[in-house]
Amino acid sequence: MFDDLRDLYQEVIFDHNRNPRNFRIIDDADRKVEGFNPLCGDRLTLYLKLDGDVITDASFQGSGCAISTASVSLMTEIIKGKSEQEAEALFKQFHEMTTGKDEHFNLEAIGKLAVLAGVREYPARVKCATLAWHTLDAALKNQQQAISTE
Amino acid sequence: MTLFDVEKIRQDFPILKEKIRGKDLVYLDNAATCQKPQVVIDSIVHVYSHDYANVHRGVHTLSVRSTDKFEAARTKVKEFINAASDKEIIFVKGATEAVNLVAQTYGKANIKAGDEIVITAMEHHSNIVPWQMLCEQTGAVLRVAPINQLGELIFAEFEQLLNDKTKLVSVVHMSNALGTINPVKTIIQAAHEKNIPVLLDGAQAIPHITVDVQALNCDFYVFSGHKLYGPTGTGVLYGKQALLDAMPPYQGGGDMIRKVTFTETEYNTLPYKFEAGTPNIADVIGLGTAIDYINAIGMPAIAAYEAELLEYATAKARAIKGLRIIGEAEDKGAILSFVLDKIHPHDIGTMLDSLGIAIRAGHHCAMPVMDFYQVPATARASFALYNTHQEIDVLMNGIESLIEVFG
Repeated sequence: MFDDLRDLYQEVIFDHNRNPRNFRIIDDADRKVEGFNPLCGDRLTLYLKLDGDVITDASFQGSGCAISTASVSLMTEIIKGKSEQEAEALFKQFHEMTTGKDEHFNLEAIGKLAVLAGVREYPARVKCATLAWHTLDAALKNQQQAISTE
Repeated sequence: MTLFDVEKIRQDFPILKEKIRGKDLVYLDNAATCQKPQVVIDSIVHVYSHDYANVHRGVHTLSVRSTDKFEAARTKVKEFINAASDKEIIFVKGATEAVNLVAQTYGKANIKAGDEIVITAMEHHSNIVPWQMLCEQTGAVLRVAPINQLGELIFAEFEQLLNDKTKLVSVVHMSNALGTINPVKTIIQAAHEKNIPVLLDGAQAIPHITVDVQALNCDFYVFSGHKLYGPTGTGVLYGKQALLDAMPPYQGGGDMIRKVTFTETEYNTLPYKFEAGTPNIADVIGLGTAIDYINAIGMPAIAAYEAELLEYATAKARAIKGLRIIGEAEDKGAILSFVLDKIHPHDIGTMLDSLGIAIRAGHHCAMPVMDFYQVPATARASFALYNTHQEIDVLMNGIESLIEVFG
């Protein structure tokens, strides 16, 4: 019945929505930033644990739609073990994938995150996917204030 | 028309023939804005093609023709809400502007530090923020009458808020987020007993309920044209003439003056005192046509049909496991707000859109209502005179299927 939506709602997204990874609080987090999408009411808190410039642990709490939940869940998995620079590079690539004009974007380079490429066809939902990454960007820049997609 | 012929009505709305993602459009976002019948679209084209010039200005033929049609639309509005005079009908760009107008003119002239303004917990942002701004400017205090879990105003608590300091009551006639129809007549009586004027926000009520401002005895009534099958950028402020006469003007400019020198200006009479600048001529004429269209079908017939649709939709929604209706007031208009277990409203909205179904997902410009029910957002199906029982079936089948997909 929802054949048209297979690109947007891939099974991986349903899976992460049902069972979000790293859905917990890091009590001694080095970074803690809130992200908010006032348009949808998506709300998350991102926690990072750092060792030098390496992200040793990442987790989140909050509530949102399947796209935003899957996006933040996938992100916390992928950035673990990455350096801050590597994470920033992923943010730029993710941003390019979801909002960029390049139709030949190299999906392989972005690995698992490619499951979220479908949002580019749904402008109303792009912010759901990018909220997690904007929050990460703020956390890496050590901004304390909550970030908003609007 | 004695029988309500929905298939015939649907023929009047060209957009209903649109295909959305290859499917028949099922338009259930009428509380956000209604679609337009061909006669309204034609009337705007006709004005610009045959009658258009500026109003209240020239002696030339087109200006006279435009003015006549523009003022005829005012009379249609006056009759539609049964105002006492054309002078009580002020054209603005929408209900929001009308509330702001009252806040910044009546409010500034009559509401002082320590005074109180009473609203309800189910207001749209447009009936919250203008008052908060006025309170900031004057030092007045905004008081909020609570609602119960069904989404009904707790009248006893509302009544207790009314006191010597209360200078205005501003309440929604029908809630856009919940569908609740407020007991406005009783509210007005209670406020008037204490000599408190009442503004009714009729943005949502106007296409669903017969409004008689004299029978209600409200002091102000505001609504938008685009929710009444009319063009965007049209709205109406009704005010009792004595109140409007005593109010300072809203904006300064052309049309709202009688005489201008560099030392003083004499303001025009009602309603022009509040209509500075060239008004939205063609769209206001289109609003007049929308009112003709509704009158030809008959408001009681529309209300009865929509009540039937709501009852049908509510019964079907209640049968869906995991669906919770938000807003179950006893007196309710054709709005069905709901949430699903573990499925965010925005996912519901996207999934239904892929089936051609347009609903609203979000906070409906009523964030305090979302906070009250402790939900980030709701999905909302809202019905109009052109919706059908079959469309409700399509909606409910869609909801059942997406629950299955989400698992």
